[in-house]
Amino acid sequence: MKVKYFAWVRERVGKSEETVEPPASVRTVDDLIEWLARRGETYAHAFETPKVIRAAIDHAHVKPDTMIAGAREIAFFPPMTGG
Amino acid sequence: MTANVTIRIQEADFDVGREIAALSKGRTDIGAVVSFSGICRGSEGRQSIAALTLEHYPGMAEAEIARHAEAAMSRWPLLALTIVHRVGRIAAGENIVLVLTASSHRQAAFEAAEFLMDYLKTNAPFWKREESADGTSWVEARHHDDDAAARWTKS
Repeated sequence: MKVKYFAWVRERVGKSEETVEPPASVRTVDDLIEWLARRGETYAHAFETPKVIRAAIDHAHVKPDTMIAGAREIAFFPPMTGG
Repeated sequence: MTANVTIRIQEADFDVGREIAALSKGRTDIGAVVSFSGICRGSEGRQSIAALTLEHYPGMAEAEIARHAEAAMSRWPLLALTIVHRVGRIAAGENIVLVLTASSHRQAAFEAAEFLMDYLKTNAPFWKREESADGTSWVEARHHDDDAAARWTKS
């Protein structure tokens, strides 16, 4: 699946998008955050406070316990500050 | 009755007068147009701000704004709606966002404009970074914006 990062999550990870293949044990958005955080220092820094991270699956907001099966694109970003 | 909906995300500035004229052109059913412009402030507290840089999530930003537009139209009898959100670098004093709502009577237009802005602030995937004398930093989300959006879900 494709993973995208925005704002300071993007800056901390050091890339705006990538394709990842998490194991089957990674079932929810929260699981994916935990799995990503273990990929290295930059990821650990980006995801050090999981509760502030917002997520979207295929362009729609989702909660941390949402299942990721079937997702084409998952995005992680800080709380939004538009408008 | 057809609601005329325009949603744009662009780097270029917009002209409020021209947008209002386009919204109501050739129509005689509109009795009220409410216009809200969000403008880049030149200061935040004591900190002087030179500019903001707006980042967005292409694809989702349009989809999320469209969902809010649908929600507003199902809640109020709107005749037309325009939402323009700028991205990229926006200097102090420049426009950031425009919301226009049109209805037969003013109450629907006033309420829908406020509803749309409250949701744009908290749910549309845009992020502001501000430039000041100390460098650049990401703007933090405010609790009162969440509270403002939440009041629309209360009965």
